[in-house]
Amino acid sequence: MLLLRRKDIVCQQAVELVTDYLEGALSRRDRRRLETHLRACANCAAYLEQIKITIQLTGAIEPDDLTPEARSDLIDVYRRWRSE
Amino acid sequence: MDVELLSRLRNGDEEAFVMLVGRYQQPMLRLARSFVPSQAVAEEAVQDTWLGVVRGIERFEERSSFKTWLFRILVNRARSAGSREHPSAPIESLHTVDPARFDAHGQWADPLEPWPEESDDRLEAATWLPILKSALDDLPSRQRQVVMLRDVEGLSNDEVCGVLGISGGNQRILLHRGRTRLREILEAELKKG
Repeated sequence: MLLLRRKDIVCQQAVELVTDYLEGALSRRDRRRLETHLRACANCAAYLEQIKITIQLTGAIEPDDLTPEARSDLIDVYRRWRSE
Repeated sequence: MDVELLSRLRNGDEEAFVMLVGRYQQPMLRLARSFVPSQAVAEEAVQDTWLGVVRGIERFEERSSFKTWLFRILVNRARSAGSREHPSAPIESLHTVDPARFDAHGQWADPLEPWPEESDDRLEAATWLPILKSALDDLPSRQRQVVMLRDVEGLSNDEVCGVLGISGGNQRILLHRGRTRLREILEAELKKG
């Protein structure tokens, strides 16, 4: 049995807090506990880094190009609306 | 960009419409698809949304962003077009990271391998983006909605809550699950080398 002080958190808890942490939604107490853990735990620090990279990459997803057919369909629809 | 396009759209400028469609059609389809049972119904909801935009453009007040307004119309149309989601279904929120990754004390069972440095990202992006895109499409619909609006489209958390009509807490749970899953997929992909 690992002896945990009440204020300590373990990795399995830390990884579940990262989103609230990044969103600024943690209480001050939980934020301090998580930051203390991250300073001491290279694995969880790496995990947080990976989540940040994931977010960054997700933000780089560009909309697919419309097919010319889809585009011209929509233009037809627009013209119809305009003439109504 | 949107502001100028919008004033052109108000004046009936067809090219402005085409540009807005080019920018938003695919994200709208993807979002609509997460609400309705088929691609055809999604396309109908999107077309309906464009009609709503063209007709309602005079009423659009620029207090909210155009994107938020557009997605809100879409979500309303998609929901009434035949919802397959169950908004009242409880979101259970215990562990999202695979418990097998941790030992009996809740510590990582195996060390986590750091990912390549950021300087390599540009090179990797070309290989990762298609994987990420299909992983996004495979997320459960409510997670997909939140991740798309928040991380792909860059809406704020308040805007996402407004568009989807969910609480901030639920939004964060869905976002957390979605991001956790996407990270997992990228990790698996990197391990394959």
